[in-house]
Formats: sequence, structure tokens, C-alpha cells
Amino acid sequence: MIDLAWLVVAIPLASSALLLLLGRRSDAWGHLLATLAAVASFVVGLLVVLEVLGQSPEERINDVHLFSWIPAGELSIDAGLRVDPLSLTFVMLITFVGSLIHVYSIGYMTHDPARRRFFAYLNLFVAAMLVLVLADSYALLFVGWEGVGLASYLLIGFWNHNTDYAVAAKKAFVMNRVGDMGLIVAMGLMFASLGTVSFSGVDAAASGLSTPMATAIGLLLLLGACGKSAQFPLQAWLGDAMAGPTPVSALIHAATMVTAGVYLIVRADSIFSAAPTAQLVTACVGAFTLLLGAAIACGKDDIKKSLAGSTMSQIGYMVLAAGLGPIGYAYAIFHLVTHGFFKAGLFLGAGSVMHANGDSTDMRTYGGLRKVMLVTWATFAVCWLAIIGVPPFAGFYSKDKIIETAFVGEGWQPWVFGGAALVGAAVTAFYMSRMFFMTFHGKARWVDEASKLGADDPRPRRHPHESPLVMTLPVVVLAIGAVSLGFLLSLGDGITGWLEPVTGHVDHPEPVLPVPVILTATLVLVAAGVALAWRQYGMNTVPLTAPAGSPLTRAARRDFFADDVNEALAMRPGQHLTRTLVYADTAVVDGAVTGAAAGTVASGRVLRKLQNGYVRSYAAMILAGVVIAGAVLHLVRL
Amino acid sequence: MSSLPWITILIAVPLVAALVLWLVPGLHRFARPVGLAVSLVTLGGAVAMATGFDPSRAGEQQLTQTVGWIPSIGASYAVGLNGLGLVMVLLALALVPIVLAADWHAVPDASEADRRATDRRRATFVALVLALASLMVAVFAARDVFLFYVVFEVMLIPVYFLVGMFGGANRRSAAVKFLVYSLAGGLIMLVGVVMLYLQGPGGPQGFLIDNLAGVVSDPTTERWLFVAFFVAFAVKAPMWPVHTWLPDTTAQATPGTSTLLVGVLDKVGTFGMLALCLPLFPGAARWAAPAIVVLALISIVYGALVAIGQQDMMRFIAFTSISHFGFIVLGIFVGSEVAMTGAMFYMLAHGLSIAGLFLLAGYLAERGGSRRIDAYGGWQRVTPVLAGLFLVSGMASVALPGLSGFIGEYLVLVGSFASSIPAAAVATLGVVLAALYFLLVYQRVFTGQPRAEIAQARADGALRDLGARERWSLVPVVVAMVVLGVLPGPVLDLLTPLAQVLALGGAQ
Repeated sequence: MIDLAWLVVAIPLASSALLLLLGRRSDAWGHLLATLAAVASFVVGLLVVLEVLGQSPEERINDVHLFSWIPAGELSIDAGLRVDPLSLTFVMLITFVGSLIHVYSIGYMTHDPARRRFFAYLNLFVAAMLVLVLADSYALLFVGWEGVGLASYLLIGFWNHNTDYAVAAKKAFVMNRVGDMGLIVAMGLMFASLGTVSFSGVDAAASGLSTPMATAIGLLLLLGACGKSAQFPLQAWLGDAMAGPTPVSALIHAATMVTAGVYLIVRADSIFSAAPTAQLVTACVGAFTLLLGAAIACGKDDIKKSLAGSTMSQIGYMVLAAGLGPIGYAYAIFHLVTHGFFKAGLFLGAGSVMHANGDSTDMRTYGGLRKVMLVTWATFAVCWLAIIGVPPFAGFYSKDKIIETAFVGEGWQPWVFGGAALVGAAVTAFYMSRMFFMTFHGKARWVDEASKLGADDPRPRRHPHESPLVMTLPVVVLAIGAVSLGFLLSLGDGITGWLEPVTGHVDHPEPVLPVPVILTATLVLVAAGVALAWRQYGMNTVPLTAPAGSPLTRAARRDFFADDVNEALAMRPGQHLTRTLVYADTAVVDGAVTGAAAGTVASGRVLRKLQNGYVRSYAAMILAGVVIAGAVLHLVRL
Repeated sequence: MSSLPWITILIAVPLVAALVLWLVPGLHRFARPVGLAVSLVTLGGAVAMATGFDPSRAGEQQLTQTVGWIPSIGASYAVGLNGLGLVMVLLALALVPIVLAADWHAVPDASEADRRATDRRRATFVALVLALASLMVAVFAARDVFLFYVVFEVMLIPVYFLVGMFGGANRRSAAVKFLVYSLAGGLIMLVGVVMLYLQGPGGPQGFLIDNLAGVVSDPTTERWLFVAFFVAFAVKAPMWPVHTWLPDTTAQATPGTSTLLVGVLDKVGTFGMLALCLPLFPGAARWAAPAIVVLALISIVYGALVAIGQQDMMRFIAFTSISHFGFIVLGIFVGSEVAMTGAMFYMLAHGLSIAGLFLLAGYLAERGGSRRIDAYGGWQRVTPVLAGLFLVSGMASVALPGLSGFIGEYLVLVGSFASSIPAAAVATLGVVLAALYFLLVYQRVFTGQPRAEIAQARADGALRDLGARERWSLVPVVVAMVVLGVLPGPVLDLLTPLAQVLALGGAQ
């Protein structure tokens, strides 16, 4: 079955191609085929997992050669699959959550005339993401890496008749390409210094890298990871990416694609282990982004943008853990998996709420929705408890491990990283509770369409209702995962043991604070965050329009001026440069040439005077020409 | 089969067909189908020829034929193909039928009274394209410097008329600009050609490339000769700062002419660098490489930046090409086998993506009545198939992995790192700029809401998505983009041996 692992990729890819090629002819059944393809991919993946489980742990790293892809002399790249516990963990996450989101989308996109195209893009995304995690070389990984970028572009811009959405899609792709540039340069340096870009080749030779080279490669890989995973300083695209249909936000911009950066860092362990500086920077980026994202999530009234800030923040946790080196890898992946479930659940819940509220994303117009959408409320509640890390929900197990590990080390680092992780937990509890209470509890800040209230009532008219089964069922499954996965994956050796063939065996040193102290502090802070949110958003009336807010709130609402910075540093100077160059190209570069041509024409006018029609003067000129030519030839001979 | 003089046949068939179509008025009415048939037959011949090509000896000239031509000056009719030549001939001959199909209405239908004149113009167009096909084969197959030079110059004639007779409003001045630029480059090269002959062994085969390789012993002379050849090729390629003829020409030419011009003829410039500059003047090439690499880097970044600011679709595509040619030249001169292999692959891949972009922009302009970018908006809803194909072509052009453009760009970049990290790092900027320039144009043309009258015309059926002829003209291009992106191996096998022979070791 391991040899057939390529089917995991091929099935959704073929389905996607078929739907795009058949066009409208497949409108009637396209969504069914695509969903079936995602499920089939999951089944094949599961069979592969079962076979790998049958192998002894040290045999579990399988390289499956497919074909010779780029045979270019000194650089010869094969297309092959790395089937090991790390890649299979991702395969399971992508295909399982992916299948659920396909099912959900059947309901969510029912009324969209282009639903078939949507499903074709979803399949394309799944296939590309699977290439990314199954590749056995950085080059093939890059195919999936940019492939998911394209799929993300297509899906963010799925409703690109709205120009803002089209701009958001472009922004995501271009910022991702900045990160991709890092990956290309990293591969160039790998080739220049090691002569290979395959995982096995790089892993075998990486210990021989000079520290500056390893650091450079590590930092460049980190740049790539920052682009894909929306980490500082390439985080600004994620909020805008919420322009895509909500299932897209759930699958791509929460559960799977944005975690690719974490995957890359863990996969490139051999590079990062040789580059402590790069590791430290990684941890710093993670710690900073986890706070940044959490702060942004606090400031947003748009439910999806708040969730986007939350995603940024949770991935910050994972990047922080990955930056801590082998002691953090397994926990980064652990949190990645549990986050995949509860964050997808939260997004789909948000989609359900939006569906019920005429596609409004403004939480200030929600409130009291528990009564009208009980299933959505219950599943959302479970995922909320999971993300803020209440035991025994999944996030408790995975996030707590990261917080503990962040407190390991010497000098200032454990205090800073551990402190950031702790504060992040408190802020997470606050903003997620804020979202939960604002949406489902308190007084309704909408009025029913049927009500007889006067037209001067400022509240929007809505007719909220529970979503159909095809939409609630996937969320229920995700919620079950959000309840149980943390416990299940830490049974026995759990996910740490499963990943050990890849991450290596590590002894976990003691944190600088005793574990019970960290645990207690975390829980107290989480409780405080929830209480604060309840006081402000559960008990009090939430105003329909946002209050002015503190400078911090206003900054968070504007994503801490990320767009303004990008505009001032890159876009405006770039536009200026472009305009100048366009002008210079016609005026200076071309002008010089046309000027020379005009000069020729003018001299032609002078020369025309020599054409006086007298044969003897022509003869004289021919003679002169021959003499000069002869002289030149003579000189050259010499 | 391989005993047939395949190359000569491929040169002769389209040329004879062109003459017949031009000279026999009775055929004018059928010029387009006949031209298409001839071009398909020629392509079939090229494929048959390729089966006789031995890939394991792709670094050598094969299918050679040498006949004395003007023995008194040492010129021979000497043709043959190595791996690169074969790839370029196949690209050229594959694009010819596509261009003929795409430019089917380059001469618009006329009333009954003007029927004869219209047919005559159509026949002229087809004849010129076929003549160009013949010359393209000859230029990639020439093994004699004099023959190469003659074809190089004669090729200007059909292009001049294609641009000057069948283009937009300012076609005449564009054609003249093209001609003057090219002639200026060509004249400098002529000086080089004569000087080179004088340096060589002379005799009836004194112009054979094989007999002239490395004959120049004096470094100063070698450098002058190198420069003389290089300037002509840089104009053709086109490199910054001698690129300004290209945007003006493509803005006026028909989409098909632009496709052949940028997709194939401009490659004669980079082909000449590989086939003449490097083997004839290896020392001078190594001497000039750092300067050329700098010019290539400027082309990459400059072309991309100026592309962002363009208002005309055809000029936009031209500037993206200037950026792409920068990558090709970088790959040739940076001094890495891998990068050089990538550059050669790039020449093929760029031919495909440029065909897609020019032809689709042409189809779009036929519908929207303008080549200005800001005349559009929301056309994805109006012409979804056109938009989808444009996106695929654009993604191939900006080197999305999985499509043909990626292989060349990736090899050029990664290979360059082994020779010069700063140069490669600058070139990588082009990757980001490419995403930006392409998606900006896609956004401005295809996203948003279409204008009301356009949406109305679409609803009335007055405005349609791509028809069968238009779709089928692009199917082979898109299929080739995908196939070469996934399985570039067979083509790379034709190119790597040559890179191993030619690459400038330690150029930096």
C-alpha cells in the first residue's frame, strides 16, 4: 500500500482536473465527485497509515521513488514521496478535515451558481497540500507549496467580482511569494553548498555546513514559513484572506495550509539543528506573533477576522515550539493537529452563524443566538473550551505542553518565551470568550424579520435559523475531535512516540518553574480571561456600533498598522519607482535610440546633397570607398 | 528515414509553399487552409526527423548536410542540429500552425467587391508566415557562420512586412523601428563575420563554425569580435538597454506575429549566444560574462518593474518577456551547467507561455475592441474559458511549479547560486515581481464587475467565450505547458549534454 501512496494525491488531482475540463457539464454532480475524491484520498491514506503502523518504529521512514523529474546534470531531482509518521499525520489531518469541509460545503455553497468550480478548487487545494507534505525533496515540496498558494488565490478570490476580494487574493499570493523567494534562495544555497535538495541528501550532509551557511538557509526557510503561516513580518495577508467562502477559511486558512510553515521547520530539522541562531529567531517570531495575533483577535468585531487573528496566534504557538528544537517538534505537531480540529470547527460554526444571519460577519449584530441555533452553539462551545485550553478538551493537552516546553532552557529565553506563552493563553481565553458571548449570549442585537417594530429601530432585521444537517454534521464530528483528540493522542506514547522516528528521541528537561506551578498559572489566567470577557460581553449590553476604544484597541482593529507599514515601505516607493521607470524607458532609453535615429536622418539630408546626379562624382566616391575598404583590410591583415 | 536530408526538406517545403501561394492567384482563396495544411505537414516532418535524432549524442550536430555554396568566399550550405537546435525547430514549427489558426481573421472579412483584394492579402500573410517558418528552421540549423548571418538578416524581411502590413494603426513606424534596430545590430555583426573569416583558416569551408571555433588567438581581437556578435544578439534577444523596439513592435503587430517574434525569433538572439558566441570566442565570453550578468539582472528587474506600469496588454507582455530574457541570458553567462541547461529549457518554455498570453490577449482585444488594460474589468464572468486559459498561461509565465516555466526558472536560479550568490539573489527578486505584475493585470482585466454594456452583450449572445478554433489553437500550448512541467526529462536530456560542453566554468 505504501507504494500506492501516490494515489492519495492523484485522486483529488484527477477529480479537480476533470471538473475544470468538463465545465458546466459536471455542474449537477461535481460536488459529489469532489467530496468522494476527498474521502477516497482519506481512505487510501488510512490504509497507508495502518501499514506503516505494522512496521517497526525504525523502519517507518519510507522513501517511495516515483520518477526522475528534473534530470539536469549536476542537479538531478527525483519525484518521490516521503511516507513517514510526520507526513502521514498531515495526510490524515488534511484528508479527514478536508473531507468534512467538502461535505459542509455542499450545504454552504448550495445556492452558488459556480459551486462545481468551487469544489474543483477545493480538490486542487487538497492535492497540492498533499504534495507539499508527501514530497521527498525541497523542490517537490515547493510544487505543493506554490500549488496551495495558487489554490488559496483562487479560493480567496472565488467571489472576485467583488474587487476587494480580488485584491485580497492577489495580496495573499504576492506576500506568499515573498516567502517563496526565501525558499528558492534556501534551495539555491543548499545546491551550492551541498549539491542536493532532497531531504535525505540534505539531512545526510547538513552537519557539514558552516554555521553561517546553515544559519542563512535556516533563516530563509523561516521566511518561507512566515509567508505561508502568516507569521510576522508576513502576516498581513491572512485577515484579508477571510474574503474567501468560510469553508475555505476553515480548511486553508486555519486547519491546513497555514500550518505548512510549521511542517517545513520540523522537516528541516537537520538545517535548524546546525543553526542555533536561526532556531532562536524562529522561537522569537513565534512568540511575537502569538501575542500579535491574539491582540488583533481582541480588537476585531468581524467574527472571521477575529478567528484569523486567533489562527495567527495559535500558529505562533506552534512556530515557537518548533523553534525550541527537537524538544518542541512533537508538541508543535500535536497542537497543529488539535488546532486543525477545533479551529476548523470554530470557522464552520462561524459560517453557520453567518449563513443564519444573511452573511453578516459583524458580531455586534449577533447576540442571543444560542436559542435559535442550538447545535451550532453546542459545537462552538466545545471548540471554544478546546482552544482556550480547559481540561479535558484537546487544546489543554497540546497547548499546555508547549507552554511547559517554552519554560525550558537557560538565561532569558525560558522566561520570555514561557511568559509570552502564558500571557497568550490568557488573551486567547479573553478573545475567544468575547466571541462566544457576543455571538450566542446576551441580548439579541437583531430583530426578527417578522417583528412589527418600527423602521427607525437601528437593529438589523434577521431570520436566524439552524443550518441543515449536511452542515451541522461535519461540525459535530470536528467537535468530537476537539473534545477527545488531546486525550487520545497523549495515551501511552501517544503522538510523541508516533513521531519519534522523525523528531528523534528527546529527554524532556525540567522547566525553570515546576510543572504544577505552570499548570496552575495557566488555568488561573485562562479563568481570568473568561471572567473578564463575561463581565464585559456576557453581562453588559454590547453596543451596536463599536466604541472608540483605547489606542491599543484601535491599533488592533487596524492590524497594528501592518498594511500602512507595507504601503509606506514597499507599495508606494514601488509605484513611484515603476512610474519613473516607465517614463524613463520612453524618454531616456528609447529617446537615446530614436535620437540617434533622428540624427541619422538629419545626416541623411546632408548626404543627399552629395547625390548630385553627376556620374563622375559617383565614380569618385566609389573609388574613395574602395581605397578606404582596402586600407582597412590591409591594416587588419597586419 | 534518417538518410533523407530532413533539414533541407523542412526548409524547402514551407518556402516553396509560400512562393506558390504568393504567385498563383487561383490559390489565394484557399490560402489559409492550404497554409495550415502545409504547416501541419512540416510539423509532422519535424517530428519524424526527431525520431531519427539520437538523444545520447545530443551535444553533437546530427542529421548534418554540407554542400559547397560560394566556395570563393568560403561559404557552405552546412546544416545540422544538436539538442538545442532540435528543440527550437520543433518549437518554431509547432507554433506556426497555431499562429495561422489564431490569426485566421488577421485580415478581416470584406464585402463581395473587395473579396479578391482580401484573399490576396490573406495569401500574402500566410506566405510570409510560411517563409518565416522556413527561415526559422534554417537559422537554428545553420552550421556555417556566413549562412547563419544571411538567414539572420533575411528573416527581417518577412517580419518587416508582417508587422508593417498587418498590424495596428502605427504599424509602419513600428516596422521601421524594428528594421532599423535589427539592421544596426546586424551590420555590427557583419563586420565581425568578415573579421572572423580573415582570422580563420580560409579555404572553401572557411566559414564553418567547426573550423572557426577558438581560432582567434589574440585576446583583444577575440573580445572585439565577441562584442560585435553579442550586440546583434542582445538587440534580438532583447536585452536592456537595446530592448525598446520590442514593446513598440508587439503593440502594433498581430498577436500571431508577436508570438512568432517573441516566442521564436527573439530566441535566435540567445541561440546565437549559445551557438556562436560561446564556441567561437570562449575566452572573450568568460571575460565579458560579469558585465553581461549585470545587464541580465537589470533586464530581469527592469523588465518586471516597467511591465507593472504598462497600460497596453501587448506592451505589458513584451516587458515581461524582457524580464524573462534576462533570466535566459543570466543562465547562459553565469557559469553554471545547471543554469545553462535551465536557460535552454527556458527558451522553450517561454515560447509556450508567450504564445498563450499573446494569443489570448488578442482574442480578448477582438471582443473588447481595445488593447488597453483599463478598458476591461470583470471579464472572467464574460469569458470564463478565456480567463482560465489566460491564468494558466500567466502562471506558466511566472514559473508556477507544475508548469513548464518553473523548470527553466528554477534551474537558472538554483544553478546560479552555485556560481554567484549575489547575482542569483538579485534574480530571485524577479520571482516576486512576476507574481505582482501578472496578478495585477489579471485583476484589472478579469475581476470585478463587467461594464453594463459588456454584460448586456454577453447576455444577448453578441459576445461569446472562445470558439472552437480559438480553443483548439491553445489546447496544444496548454497541454505542452503541463506535460513539460511534470515530465521535462526527455527535453532536458537533449539539453544537458550541450550545457556540459559550453558552460563557462569559473566565469565569476
